[in-house]
Amino acid sequence: MIVGVPFRGLPTPQKKQIRKATDHGFVGLGMLATAFGVFAVGVLLFDVATDGVGVLNWDFLNSFPSRTAEEAGVKPALLGTLWVMAFTALFAVPVGIGAAIYLEEFAGKNLFTKIIEININNLAGVPSVVYGLLGLALFYYWFNLGPSIVTGALTLGLLILPIIIVAAREGLRSVPPSIREAAIALGSTKWQAVRFQVLPVAMPTVLTGVILALARAIGETAPLIVIGAFTSVFFVPTSPTDAFTVLPIQIYSWISRPLAGFQENAAAGMIVLLVVLLSMSSVAVALRHMLAKRRMW
Amino acid sequence: MLALALCAVMSIVTTLGIVIVLLSEAVPFFTEVSVWKFVSGKDWSPLFSPQSFGSLPLLSATAFIGAMAMAVAFPIGLLTAIYLSEYAPEGLRAVVKPVLEVLAGIPTVVFGFFAVYFISPNIIKTLFSTDATYNAITAACAMGVMLIPMVVSLSDDAMRAVPSALREGAHALGANRFQVAVRVVVPAALSGIVAAGLLAMARAVGETMIVTIAAGNAANLSGNPFEAMQTMTAFIIDVVRGDTARGTIEYQSAFAVGLWLFVFTLAINLLAQALLAKFREVYE
Repeated sequence: MIVGVPFRGLPTPQKKQIRKATDHGFVGLGMLATAFGVFAVGVLLFDVATDGVGVLNWDFLNSFPSRTAEEAGVKPALLGTLWVMAFTALFAVPVGIGAAIYLEEFAGKNLFTKIIEININNLAGVPSVVYGLLGLALFYYWFNLGPSIVTGALTLGLLILPIIIVAAREGLRSVPPSIREAAIALGSTKWQAVRFQVLPVAMPTVLTGVILALARAIGETAPLIVIGAFTSVFFVPTSPTDAFTVLPIQIYSWISRPLAGFQENAAAGMIVLLVVLLSMSSVAVALRHMLAKRRMW
Repeated sequence: MLALALCAVMSIVTTLGIVIVLLSEAVPFFTEVSVWKFVSGKDWSPLFSPQSFGSLPLLSATAFIGAMAMAVAFPIGLLTAIYLSEYAPEGLRAVVKPVLEVLAGIPTVVFGFFAVYFISPNIIKTLFSTDATYNAITAACAMGVMLIPMVVSLSDDAMRAVPSALREGAHALGANRFQVAVRVVVPAALSGIVAAGLLAMARAVGETMIVTIAAGNAANLSGNPFEAMQTMTAFIIDVVRGDTARGTIEYQSAFAVGLWLFVFTLAINLLAQALLAKFREVYE
């Protein structure tokens, strides 16, 4: 059916002007909004940098927390972050990639996989502090692991598992089916095709996702406070069952101390944290770049 | 094969684990405190005697701060997304997107610092005559800035998924860019944009560090943005920081609040996923 629209005449010059004005006004508004976001990043980074740069030196990186702001440093927190991340990766990366391979390469489209998919989407939206409660009840008390590095790593591992699965699946999906079909036509089993053809090609994309997920875990504070990592630690951890603290928690404990000097320490700690995160994301970007160059088809 | 399948099952185990853990501590709590008292009570003071477990102050603070943060993030984020998707030249897009990605990657503890040492003294105290450093509006502003990249990237995705034929058709009928953006693209991407707003809202409800650091941590049933407040997430941190022994009602109350929080964010997320599924059905 054709609906007739009554012809109301050509737009008058005034109408044309109004239209032009709304268009220009809207562009201005859009630019303003965009500028606001970019400006906010600038102000935030500048504020942190100016507050913290005066304190940042080798002693700060190599000292233990202290009652006096001038002597305090981030050594146990920095090393604690490295320990927790190593164990988080050890747990979450194989399980995440394994789940992705199963869902993408082996599982059929049935109710079971559909439920898993919906479930992964929802897990990604569960607040991190709730993961903390899970870790506290399950790993801290039921498994009797206490406020240890393992407890922290398992908690963060569960937290980033959905992110790794989603990223790894994307990487696997980007490998064209012809690669699998060619391998199978040459007599390899499905597993061999995945293991020796698909996975190596997908690896850079998968690793990019893994690095970004770990970066997310490094910035997490709340779940680790919940599992009992909110303490001043005066030793460097030497085993996965040791108590620990991490950079964001050290920063938080300095922020919550309203004495002079600790604000600067907090800011300096944030510079360290942001440098760690930034170098991780540069590696991820470099990997992505490498992948684009090395594409084989 | 079986090992791989077990990896996938791990995600279901996690969900079950969360539900079981929350229930196993919340059920004993609700045998002491009636659900109705918990849901509708107006006085929340579990860490001081006489104890009182009315969670309305926590709920209202969570909703209030979340709504204020969304009032900052949603209009700015949506306008940015419309500008980037419909107006901006590719070159500008290529600069702005990574900058917003940086913003998205900044840990929330940094936003908490930014709230207390920058937003509160330089913006809130100058604009409004208030002396309190720790208050709801300070936390909400920082949270709003934190949410912007999320709103931008999700609604930008939604608008870019709108087929260009719709835009071209509208242009051919004489519409200018503003008319195409506002009357064609935004309505066509509406379910995706609403989902973006919902997901950002769920993120705001679950956000912990900004409110713990900047909102003042005092349970307070009030609509005054210049007062200190305590959200559900901030209360959980408050309990576990204080060396609360396992098995006490204080310890259990953290899990009861956690259960409440889980149910809320799950409901918002499910709604958003449903909208996104509908959106994808139309355009993909």
